[in-house]
Amino acid sequence: MLTLLLDGIAYGMLLFVLSAGLAVTLGLMNFINLAHGAFAMLGGYVTALLMNRAGVPFLATLPLAFLIPAAVGVALERTLYRRLYGASPLDQVLFTIGLVFMAMPAANYLLGNQPQQINLPDFLHGRLEFQGVGIGVYRLFTILLCGAIAASLQIFLVRTRFGAQLRAAVDDSRVAGGMGINVDLLFAITFAVGSGLAGLGGALAADVVGGVDPSFPLKFLVIMLIVVSIGGANGVLGALFGALLLGVLDVLGKYYAPTIGAFIIYAVMVATLTLRPNGLFAKGDRR
Amino acid sequence: MTDVLAHLRRRERWGVAEIAFWLALVAGIVAFPARAGLVNEALIAGLFALSLDLILGLTGIVSLGQAAFFGVGAYTAAILANAGYHDPLLGVLAAIVPTALIGFLTAPLLLRGSDLTRLMVTMGVALMLGELANREDGLTGGADGLNFTVAPLFGRFAIGSFGEGPRNAALFSLAVLFALLFVARRLARSPFGISLTAVRENRLRAGALGISAAWRIVAIYTISAAFAGVAGALLAETTQIASLDLFEFHRSANVMLMLIIGGAGYLYGGVIGAGVFILVRDVVSAETPEYWEFWIGLMLVALVLFGRERLANLVRLRR
Repeated sequence: MLTLLLDGIAYGMLLFVLSAGLAVTLGLMNFINLAHGAFAMLGGYVTALLMNRAGVPFLATLPLAFLIPAAVGVALERTLYRRLYGASPLDQVLFTIGLVFMAMPAANYLLGNQPQQINLPDFLHGRLEFQGVGIGVYRLFTILLCGAIAASLQIFLVRTRFGAQLRAAVDDSRVAGGMGINVDLLFAITFAVGSGLAGLGGALAADVVGGVDPSFPLKFLVIMLIVVSIGGANGVLGALFGALLLGVLDVLGKYYAPTIGAFIIYAVMVATLTLRPNGLFAKGDRR
Repeated sequence: MTDVLAHLRRRERWGVAEIAFWLALVAGIVAFPARAGLVNEALIAGLFALSLDLILGLTGIVSLGQAAFFGVGAYTAAILANAGYHDPLLGVLAAIVPTALIGFLTAPLLLRGSDLTRLMVTMGVALMLGELANREDGLTGGADGLNFTVAPLFGRFAIGSFGEGPRNAALFSLAVLFALLFVARRLARSPFGISLTAVRENRLRAGALGISAAWRIVAIYTISAAFAGVAGALLAETTQIASLDLFEFHRSANVMLMLIIGGAGYLYGGVIGAGVFILVRDVVSAETPEYWEFWIGLMLVALVLFGRERLANLVRLRR
């Protein structure tokens, strides 16, 4: 039972890193970025290709799985995304779905349809037993790494000057600009971090879901959106709780009621949104 | 006041372009029976997009879960046929009942929250129904889908993939599309339809004028669900299979793309967009079968950057 719970937490942590960027762009910048999964795919591919073709060790690829999607994210943000800040949600949805539709065949064209496998190094294999509770080493690794990321993100947003400036820019970008805050730069950095985290999440998740393939962006889009909408798109903590709740529910659901499958998750989401349209952890009633 | 009435009457009238559009479709199917399968697909997708136009274009309610009703409609026709009721018209009509019911029951979920909430809830409902269909494999055939056959229409016109089948199927779909577009047209021009526009443009102000949004949204969502159900039933009958992928997310996304390509809010947008979408897919996938989505994506990105409104205005001036 405890093992299952830990598995669920590990999965939830992965979901958190995957969707943290989405929660930030959605909650803080009010931008619906359905192409977020494409960045996760990019990160997964970076790790898989570096490992399989260049022989780079797994841990060394992770920083690159963060940096490359972050760089691509900034490039796209500067050229395309920023035109759509403040556009209607429908326009944002259409535009970013368009990007997903372009990213998937592009990946297919460049790298083929086959999933790219990631072979974890030996020290991440195996299981640990601790007072009768077993946990996979890789699961423990994801819990620790993702937990550290979550904590530092939260501290970054709440405690630092940058975080305060970002929140100010979100609440009223004109006034923030008038106070001498470089809003454009803030948004670009935030977007880069969000995309980078998605990339890192994609790299970490690749082993769990059996490799990276071109369908990655859509496969994870749905679950990422569910995380964000359950948690309430108000920042890091909401997404963290949403992701953990979903991860635990999913693992427990698959174990105890395998026939119902993903039904539980969807039902939980619809129920949550019916009772609390802005998410479980939303502050106040912002419409 | 008489000016307003005259204006409304003028909008009610059928234009030359509108009549020509339908005649061209009939002529096209009769003249090129070899392409009838493709035309049939486009017509059904057009009907599906029309159902989305009722809520998105007329009422301004976004939805990423229209596939829910598409799938339920398809399975209704398939299950009926396997139970011994092979009449295609009966299947199409029967599809209205469960889809309208589900639409009516889930519509209250759309009344609260933001656009994002609505996108998520509609998507969630579609995914839930898909999972249900997967689980109840005694009824739906599970992952294998349901194969079935339908009787000839009116006992004379065979529907299927052989001989005259595709042509008859396309004509059948065209007739259903025409009938429902006629209904939608009357609906959109009626006082009810005009009040929907008021809800779309400014819900608060509409409320101040005594136009309550809630029951109007429930009503139009129910109707839209029934339209989508009919489209699903048509697709199942003309391809003679109902499968789980009808519920999938990309169906809901694609139908929204079709509507946006053609332009939302004037009813013909969905049909035109579906035609363009299917044509692009056919032409591009003849060259590169796996990568056609790329061009659809590019089209969307360009469309949004150029400005949907501007494009829609160009079309409106032309009409």
